[in-house]
Amino acid sequence: MATTNQTKLTVEPGKQELFITREFEAPREMVFKAFNDPELIKRWLGPCNMTCRIDRYENKEGGFWRFIHTDEKGNDYGFHGVIHEITAPERTMRTFEFEGLPERGHVSLETATFEALPGGRTKLTIHSVFRSVADRDGMVQSGMEHGVVDSHQRLDELFAELNVN
Amino acid sequence: MQTRRDVFQAIADPTRRQIINLIASQPKNLNTIADSFNVTRPAISQHIKILMECGLVDVKRRGRENFCEARLTELQEVYDWVEQYRQAWAQSFDKMDELLIEMKADAKKHAKKKKDKGKKKKKDKK
Repeated sequence: MATTNQTKLTVEPGKQELFITREFEAPREMVFKAFNDPELIKRWLGPCNMTCRIDRYENKEGGFWRFIHTDEKGNDYGFHGVIHEITAPERTMRTFEFEGLPERGHVSLETATFEALPGGRTKLTIHSVFRSVADRDGMVQSGMEHGVVDSHQRLDELFAELNVN
Repeated sequence: MQTRRDVFQAIADPTRRQIINLIASQPKNLNTIADSFNVTRPAISQHIKILMECGLVDVKRRGRENFCEARLTELQEVYDWVEQYRQAWAQSFDKMDELLIEMKADAKKHAKKKKDKGKKKKKDKK
């Protein structure tokens, strides 16, 4: 069953951070589990045209994690990091690094916050902080390869977003 | 250092974003734009110059006045750039919805079993 919950991305120009928010029709404990349990993560993580393989996921503070996404052409994209904090069911923090870059060190810190909403619903907010604006913009840009969305009307939305500042 | 002149540079500054918003629906002359801000006219002129260099604003002379017009199609590049990343997450979360529906069904089944078991225990006690 498809829901109408929208994924909202906030990327303000010139900043080192971005926010992703999404609401779910499930209680917080459940969303928290789906987000953090490696067996469950592999069932949802990654865009539709990729398969996700978990190389390692030590679901504990100080634990190492590494995912590999494979696209339709068989190209592998590795990501890894360390889990810094797990405070069930409200927050997890982990570092994130894309392995496909020419040099190491472009690490970001991801904080996922789970907020209980009335009616057994949950709001998830992912806050990513990068080491530089260029790092953040590069990360967002890496999602570019998949088709182009063509809708000029939605510029209104963009303006609304840009206007927030 | 070479100055970056693209749409991303154009919108990196909040005043420039406001200028684009201001002239998005209709072209406005320089004075009108400058009056809307608490900064000096030369500062606004400088921002408009950058916006022109980034291809986001055209300045056209009408009579004795210069009118600034927004070139919104250029912003599509920014929109596309953000939208692709958003879509990747949106697709993941849609799959997570499916998983959560399953988890909820499982939890319900589990709760029912527990309840039935509890009932049985109570009965046995009696």
